[in-house]
Amino acid sequence: MKAVQMINIVKVYPNGIVANNGVNFEVEVGEIHSLVGENGAGKTTLMKILFGIEQPTQGEIRIFEKPVHISSPHDAIKLGIGMVHQHFMLVPSLTVAENIVLGMEPTKAWGTTIDMDRAVEMVNEVAEKYGLPVPAKEVVLDLPVGIKQRIEILKALIRGAKILILDEPTAVLTPQETEELFVALKNLAKKGMTIIFISHKLNEVKEISDRITVLRDGKTMGTYRVEDVTEEEISRLMVGRDVELVIDRPPAKPGRVVLQVKDLSYYREDGVRVLKGVSFSLRSGEILGVAGVEGNGQRELVEILTGLRFGATGSIVLNGEEVLGLTAYDLRRKKVAHIPEDRIEKGAAVKASIAENLISDRYYKRPFSGRLVLFPKKVIEFAKKAIKMFSIKTDSPLTEVGMLSGGNMQKVVVAREFTSGADLLVADQPTRGIDVGSTEFVRKKIIEVRDSGVAVLLVSADLQEILQLSDRIIVMYKGEIVGYFDKNEGLTEEDLGYYMLGVKRHDPDRVKEAALL
Amino acid sequence: MRRDRIIFETVRTTLTILIALLIGYVILLFATDKANEAFKWFLLGPLSTKRRIVELLNRTTPLIFTGLAVSVVFQAEIFNIGAEGQLFFGAVAATFAALYFPHIKFLQIILVMLFAMAAGGAWAAVPAYMKAKWNASELVSSLMMNYVAFFFGLYLVNYHMRDVNAGALVSYRFPRTAWLPRMLRRYNLHPGILIAIGFALLVWFFLYRTKYGYELRMVGKNKEFARFSGIKVENVVIYSQIISGMIAGLAGAIELMGLYKRFVWQMTPGYGFDGIIVALLARNNPLMVIPAALFISYLRTGSYVMGRMTGIAPEIVVMLQAIMILLITAEAFLAFWKRRMIEKSAMSREE
Ligand SMILES: Nc1ncnc2c1ncn2[C@@H]1O[C@H](COP(=O)(O)OP(=O)(O)OP(=O)(O)O)[C@@H](O)[C@H]1O
Ligand SMILES: [Mg+2]
Repeated sequence: MKAVQMINIVKVYPNGIVANNGVNFEVEVGEIHSLVGENGAGKTTLMKILFGIEQPTQGEIRIFEKPVHISSPHDAIKLGIGMVHQHFMLVPSLTVAENIVLGMEPTKAWGTTIDMDRAVEMVNEVAEKYGLPVPAKEVVLDLPVGIKQRIEILKALIRGAKILILDEPTAVLTPQETEELFVALKNLAKKGMTIIFISHKLNEVKEISDRITVLRDGKTMGTYRVEDVTEEEISRLMVGRDVELVIDRPPAKPGRVVLQVKDLSYYREDGVRVLKGVSFSLRSGEILGVAGVEGNGQRELVEILTGLRFGATGSIVLNGEEVLGLTAYDLRRKKVAHIPEDRIEKGAAVKASIAENLISDRYYKRPFSGRLVLFPKKVIEFAKKAIKMFSIKTDSPLTEVGMLSGGNMQKVVVAREFTSGADLLVADQPTRGIDVGSTEFVRKKIIEVRDSGVAVLLVSADLQEILQLSDRIIVMYKGEIVGYFDKNEGLTEEDLGYYMLGVKRHDPDRVKEAALL
Repeated sequence: MRRDRIIFETVRTTLTILIALLIGYVILLFATDKANEAFKWFLLGPLSTKRRIVELLNRTTPLIFTGLAVSVVFQAEIFNIGAEGQLFFGAVAATFAALYFPHIKFLQIILVMLFAMAAGGAWAAVPAYMKAKWNASELVSSLMMNYVAFFFGLYLVNYHMRDVNAGALVSYRFPRTAWLPRMLRRYNLHPGILIAIGFALLVWFFLYRTKYGYELRMVGKNKEFARFSGIKVENVVIYSQIISGMIAGLAGAIELMGLYKRFVWQMTPGYGFDGIIVALLARNNPLMVIPAALFISYLRTGSYVMGRMTGIAPEIVVMLQAIMILLITAEAFLAFWKRRMIEKSAMSREE
């Protein structure tokens, strides 16, 4: 039996962009079905239609072989469809249980007060049934992403979802968390759950799916049994050309020291010490990878280094000058570029045009402006070049960034930061949400800027990325550097994993080497 | 694509206005048995005589200024609604400058304007600094500043600049060197409207063609992004409000020098709040502020003409305005139709 049939779906967005152009998509009950395609191919759009967030312009949808009309997420939930968005929609100040039962809380006798014990019970019941344990009574705020995602899944399940949509769920997960998620998903599928999975990581797609549907330019390229196609074939179907999954990296030729971090410590607002005496240095022409499970101080480290967080102690020397406590305004002018982890909150103004987004760190300089006046022609000219160079899918540099697909938004951010002429590039999850073809491009670009003499600090949850690009690697665990690797040849993801989870650690003398050059 | 959008916006606005007018007509039906006549005066009155056209234009002037003032802060996502007080205080300052600055032809006009702008800017700077220093809500503090401007201004005028020989509570008459020239011989059409239009162009240029305007808009679109990019958000928060205050202050000076030649207000004239409406209608676009202000002015003038000719209370127009604003700001209005139209044109291009 078929769980989902989407027949000849056409979606035209209000701005005239045809995101889906006659897509056919079918999912069997109980299968894990991956939806893949380049950035902007129309995956998210198709899933938003299925979940009732967007209305199709044309086409027919059948759920469990019955024609349906889904005009809102409410309808979708009633039909047994659940969706886990890439950006979690949890209330951080509420507990796990409260979040999960939100809007369907069990109440005590008179229906006035929420029966918390019952809520916790309900949650634990579902959690156990599907093998997705969560700390039901804890506040969501500080939980790791992996758990937050589980909460989102449980939210869908407790509402009776039989079809589960996961839009790029692994983009924010560590390999261990991804493994756990996959075990859970396979389990769910065995119990008859239908799962639609979106990812740009083809190895994951190969591992988890029963079948794969490839979208390109809003059209279906075909649906394949997973054993019938290789990763290379999938990416060729997606992109229309061969993609190099291996990048060759000539040895680094490090130069002078650009960044010297010494004994950096930081207490968060709530008194938790999230950085404990972090020291490392970074030379021009090399890439230092920072590995670690999210929430072990990397975010704070990056924000302190880029002038977005204050109150740290220790020392940060940039090009021979103490810069601890300077703002982003100052640091940008001292040639620090920053690809932030969150493209929507920080990295871009979604309501501004692509061109406006591309000049936000250099609008005040030539050739984009004189003493007072902006030069729009120059801005547009530059934007057109960047759009072409970074293959951002759009028809005009005046398009609002918010109308781009997730990956294309990321490319706008990356395009700006790569062209800023920096001495230090802090790249936090630079390829998050970007398709294979563009990932290849961005990674090559990172090597290219390295070779042009930029010092790159690469923070990534993607260990493959860390291993592939870094010349040296530090591993962070609970705010400390617990591992330091000088050459990464021979190092595997598993090796790093032990350090990331705090199972192994290097002795302090070895860790100090990260700072001694 | 762009054309579709413009057509759509035009149709949407026209429809909204028609619906609001229809509702206004129905209200008139209940209010009077001469509804048809009253409605005619309301609709056509502002254009019926030369004098009324002049009235319409002169009334448009302060609305353009306050509309611009509000647009500037709204573009930065700052909700300083103090234009009313800034205008009022600017007018008081203008009165002072008109009475006590050296009476030199042309030069005094310029000085009065500059002084009023400084006063309006200073007035707006107070909530701005309170916001920057203590993160005090500019919405609340700017509203409070409106009251302070009103009472403080009245005190200054009534106790220090009042003309005791005039029959009403007004200031001394301005010297001729502080009068704006007339543009027509028989009617008092003053050049304020031209200055206002000039300012609309200037503000547009500032917002869309200068570095500072760019900063201001980026802060408005996403403050975190602006900060991350190396824009000094605190500075923008302050200078956008000061610029806005200067524009509002200038409006006060021009109103007095152009129309009344003395300080005449014992009630706050309401232009600042109308400015918020104008900015909303214009979607904070300085060039759209001109037609939006003209439109609001037309409504007002129409209602006064209607009142004068038929004796119906002009308050009815307040209701009309409220309906218009409700309709126009409800972005979702006609969104469905919009989608269909654009989809159709996109599909036909696809073929
Ligand atoms: N709200 C919107 N308004 C206008 N156009 C949009 C909107 N959302 C998406 N688009 C456009 O529709 C196309 C498909 O976008 P969609 O988000 O479905 O891509 P995707 O396959 O999910 O890509 P990614 O892998 O980057 O997430 C893109 O060209 C995008 O620019
Ligand atoms: Mg997407």
